[in-house]
Amino acid sequence: MGPHDRQRRSIALALWIPAAIAVGLLVLPLVALIVRAPWAELTDIVARPEIFQALLLSLGTASLATAICVALGVPLAVVLTQAAEWPTAARRALRTAVTVPLVLPPVVGGVALLLLLGRRGLIGEFLNEAFGISIPFTPAAVIIAQVFVSMPFLVLAVEGALRASDRRFELAAASLGASPWYTFRRVTLPLIGPGVSAGALLSFTRSLGEFGATITFAGSFPGTTQTLPISTYLALQRDPDAAIALALVLLAVSVVVLVTLRDRWVPGVTQ
Amino acid sequence: MGRESTDGGGRTRRVTASARATAVAAFALALTACSGGDGADTRSPDAPGASGTTVVVYAAASLGDVFDDIAAEFESAHPDVAVEFSLGGSSALAEQLRQGAPGDAFAPASVDAMADVIDAGLVANHADVFATNTLQIAVPPGNPGGVTGLEDLERSELVVALCAPEVPCGAASEALLQNAGVTAKPDTLEQDVRAAMTKVELGEVDAALVYTTDVLRAGDAAEGIDAVGAESVVNSYPIAVLRDARSPTAARAFVDFVLSARAATILEEAGFGPA
Repeated sequence: MGPHDRQRRSIALALWIPAAIAVGLLVLPLVALIVRAPWAELTDIVARPEIFQALLLSLGTASLATAICVALGVPLAVVLTQAAEWPTAARRALRTAVTVPLVLPPVVGGVALLLLLGRRGLIGEFLNEAFGISIPFTPAAVIIAQVFVSMPFLVLAVEGALRASDRRFELAAASLGASPWYTFRRVTLPLIGPGVSAGALLSFTRSLGEFGATITFAGSFPGTTQTLPISTYLALQRDPDAAIALALVLLAVSVVVLVTLRDRWVPGVTQ
Repeated sequence: MGRESTDGGGRTRRVTASARATAVAAFALALTACSGGDGADTRSPDAPGASGTTVVVYAAASLGDVFDDIAAEFESAHPDVAVEFSLGGSSALAEQLRQGAPGDAFAPASVDAMADVIDAGLVANHADVFATNTLQIAVPPGNPGGVTGLEDLERSELVVALCAPEVPCGAASEALLQNAGVTAKPDTLEQDVRAAMTKVELGEVDAALVYTTDVLRAGDAAEGIDAVGAESVVNSYPIAVLRDARSPTAARAFVDFVLSARAATILEEAGFGPA
């Protein structure tokens, strides 16, 4: 056994302790949730019509938000990877714009959306006066808030996949006479498929858990804008047991989505 | 063996220089930060005449501004005591206290939230009501929806915000609307009264049911319209010293000041009603 082996082993031990603390920090709160859950009343609580309604609304809006993220985010990721030839300032500005929603407190995002699309907003005032369209307090507002917070996850995942993919296939396709659009559809997209799936999955789960931007921009009304995280928060004010049950439902849905979809659609990211 | 390092603030601290200095330094920094030294968060024992006593009050969000004024007067009369507030929704604060949050006094916006804390055995002796609040209809400046009374909240073309029934202002709104026989058509049920008020101030809703004090505090950013029957739906604000107070004597002194005639004047100026 050489000195390098011993060094590697001691480093491994030094990493184990913080790694264990990290796992504890991530997992123990969820364990507490499961231990404290009112198992006896769980089915009663989840079967309440308003809970079921919130669950359906959450699943529906998060699915639509994910579809929008894919439709808009994949092209944006392609543009970002091709931005290498751009002036540095423009490239940095675009990259920052894509990343900002990740670091912004969601409530701030909600206020920003209200100032843009609200009745007195930059665009919203025009939409309201010209077409009579008012976005806040509608399911559309819920979806917009979810897209705002989850789009960066998709863009960054797809951009990573694009950078890791072998560009020579695209060059080969082009040299064989394929148009750029044909190359994108038939060569690039299949190459980055796992990245798109992984990004879509992250976007979906992030949308499902969205709270701050939604309650600020879309408000909270049962059946229209009151998603499961908002129901959970409100339940905590009056009936903590119901809140724990709701949190458990949200946790279960997220875990089921992560486990089943990852194994089926995203072979690239499983162990 | 050690070396002196200077951080941006100019303070010096001693760290051990070793192969694993990074981790050790980070840990030492955390310890230094915890031990503080600037005294802002120090909680001295509540001995008579002890300097630097802090009273931590868990208070309803709607009391934020008026309690700042009351605390300023209290602190000038008691230079050795600092009053700090943890503001939030009353029910959420009650839940935090039940979960063991450390506080010296509790002042929620509802008798129910206080009852929860009393039932949990967390109140030192008893609670006293020190102020009341009634509801008013808040509208954006210029009243774009032409709101004149509670019955306008039935108009579906108006965008209306109410507090969620889970929070005190929502429970009061429900009672007021029921007494008036009005079936409001809200577009959103906000998680606390300040959130409802913000949407009025931004002009995103045509009307919201909020506390009179919130309309007064908003100044030019909103107008208040009296609701018929509002005087019969009264929200009471109780205050009590907590059983596990770290500074019980100072906490009692602050609570007594909140119940005093002088504080009543400050509360009245902010739009609160008498107890």
